[in-house]
Amino acid sequence: MDAIILQILNGLDKGSAYALIALGLTLIFGTLGVVNFAHGALFMIGAFCAVTFSKFLSISYTVIDETKTDFLGNPLKVDLTYVEAWFGQSVGGTILDWAVPLSILMAIPVMVIIGFIMERGLIKHFYARPHADQILVTFGLAIVLQEIIKYFYGANPIPTPAPDMFRGSFDFGALLGFDANTIIYPYWRLVYFLFAAVIISAVFAFLRFTTFGMVVRAGMADRETVGLLGIDIDKRFTLMFGIAAAVAGLAGVMYAPINSPNYHMGMDFLVLSFVVVVVGGMGSLPGAVLAGFLLGILESFASMNEVKSILPGIDQIIIYLVAIIILLTRPRGLMGRKGVMEE
Amino acid sequence: MLGLNKKDTGLLLIVAVLALFAPIIFNPFPSDSAMAQFNAGYPDLMQRFVIFGIFAIGYNILFGLTGYLSFGHAAFLGVGSYAAVWMFKLLSMNILPAIALSIVIAGVFAALIGYVSLRRSGIYFAILTLAFAQMSYNLAYSVLTPITNGETGLQLSLDDPRILDGAPESVGSLPYPTLLGFEMSDTYVMAAGGWQFQFSVGYYVCAVVLLLAFYLSIRIFRSPFGMMLRAVKSNQQRLNYTGVNARPYTLAAFVISGMYAGLAGGLMASMDPLAGADRMQWTASGEVVLMTILGGAGTLIGPVLGAGFIKYFENIFSKINDTILHQWFAIMPDGIEDVLVALVHPFVGKGWHLTLGILFMLVVIFLPGGLVEGGQRIAGLFRRRKTDNDGDGDTGSSTSKDPAE
Repeated sequence: MDAIILQILNGLDKGSAYALIALGLTLIFGTLGVVNFAHGALFMIGAFCAVTFSKFLSISYTVIDETKTDFLGNPLKVDLTYVEAWFGQSVGGTILDWAVPLSILMAIPVMVIIGFIMERGLIKHFYARPHADQILVTFGLAIVLQEIIKYFYGANPIPTPAPDMFRGSFDFGALLGFDANTIIYPYWRLVYFLFAAVIISAVFAFLRFTTFGMVVRAGMADRETVGLLGIDIDKRFTLMFGIAAAVAGLAGVMYAPINSPNYHMGMDFLVLSFVVVVVGGMGSLPGAVLAGFLLGILESFASMNEVKSILPGIDQIIIYLVAIIILLTRPRGLMGRKGVMEE
Repeated sequence: MLGLNKKDTGLLLIVAVLALFAPIIFNPFPSDSAMAQFNAGYPDLMQRFVIFGIFAIGYNILFGLTGYLSFGHAAFLGVGSYAAVWMFKLLSMNILPAIALSIVIAGVFAALIGYVSLRRSGIYFAILTLAFAQMSYNLAYSVLTPITNGETGLQLSLDDPRILDGAPESVGSLPYPTLLGFEMSDTYVMAAGGWQFQFSVGYYVCAVVLLLAFYLSIRIFRSPFGMMLRAVKSNQQRLNYTGVNARPYTLAAFVISGMYAGLAGGLMASMDPLAGADRMQWTASGEVVLMTILGGAGTLIGPVLGAGFIKYFENIFSKINDTILHQWFAIMPDGIEDVLVALVHPFVGKGWHLTLGILFMLVVIFLPGGLVEGGQRIAGLFRRRKTDNDGDGDTGSSTSKDPAE
């Protein structure tokens, strides 16, 4: 039992990332009908927002500290960050420590703007072109974005630590009444899962309970009629693209402490996220979220030693295998509407 | 000639001349001049042109004719390489059985994957092929290590059995792949004036195979089978309504293009007997898509052009570094020189992929027909100009704006 709970927990953080990226992909596909191969790159840019923001915060200047001396008795030069100088040692230190969560503030506007430019500047011109062209041009864009990041940040992963408070792990098993040390779980992964849950609920609430969301949903169902009613649906869809980009970016920001950002992390996630979208059902938002978590958990079960001893290598291919089976038996995916994109 | 019409014969002859005289044509600069770094006439690079040309020709039979966008073709190339290296290890260093096996194995793989993937079309097909390719890549890296040698890649070793080659020679070096007694790495260097032309056995083997592959693809393009594939691309639904089952045709196209990829993989292993899993990664599949689109999907010569173009500039651009840039811009005043170097720097050397990505986007956006369409447009422009000059000169400016018409 405890082993099962452990695997479910282990699957949650990857599942959250899959779900968030797949949610953005589905938003874009459902509204604009575009297959966005550059979505993984947006996730990666989000992670690099965290890197950039913590670099910003740690910009420092050198002061001579009279209290500290070297062995000759001369005062020592100390690097002092501006943040600490302005806000004092304790507040500044906390801000530095919380760099990753705080970079959300920077990531949201940056990602929305990037999404906006992408849609208006490039993808707008591809609505009438075949899906293959959309795939190709966004694939090219993904390469370009990735190489730009590589140029500025180098090819090596950049460690971006979580706040001190959330470092380390805790004994989840003891909370549930199991023996101590059976279920050890890192704090940050739990934070990531909760964060993903909040974002996902926010997106759903936005679509469900606001007038804007209602119009967007109407546009997803029947774009032409909404246009005939005198609503400028294109403008709203552009904004949805920005939101989808922001969702991917936020997923990336918070993922930075789990996996040190490198320039090709987007590509690694992209393929899997596409598979997730297909399993969930093209254009179905709940389907994308459900499939994201399901596949994340499935992957972590497949990597158990007991399973691997029966079916060696299954952990590497389980997601693809599931996708192939789903596509062949139920092409509209788990929660896709009947008749939508079945061919 | 050979059952081709005049135009196709011309095309085949052009490719033949290009391929056979490549060591001279691609070597226009004397080897001691500053421009020598732009020479492409050395065997290693020319082999890459030709091998990726074969790969792209095969990919074009699927994508160019049927419109099915596969994102997993590198898997077949990888499988072909593994098959060929195993043949070298077990049977003989002769490349013929190795290439034969790699074509067969890649064909079987393509038949299996195609049988499943072709049940869907459009994006689903792209994602299915991608999933299969990633599966093969992951497996090659992990569980299949006894067959693929995992991360290190499959290599020859001294204690391989090599049944047909007889008792292993006691020399302490690895044998080279051979054909009719010639080693693939044998190179004859001809010095003429300041030029050094390198004629390598390996390259000529590849070139002959390229010509065969190109000829076969012309025949496929012009055959009733090729017509059927084009019909699939233009409107599969209508084809179904007329009572034709398109799947056998698409499956055949998929298997043929898979076999081409296997052939390319086998040749790659014959030139340099090792095989690694990274040849199967999906970015490698993306590369062949790039080549085909860049050259011109659905045209005969396009994929060859695209492959040559990408491989040439990959090689040249990656070699340019800041010192060379400074030499180029040395005539400029110092300040401007530094600015120019700083501007160009991100796009050359390690930044080659950035240039490639931008180029690819530009081609997809503005020139969906690739380089071939670009050439036709320019040719059309000249033709239009000529007729304009014959008639009324005033309309020249207005018509030349839209040469694609």
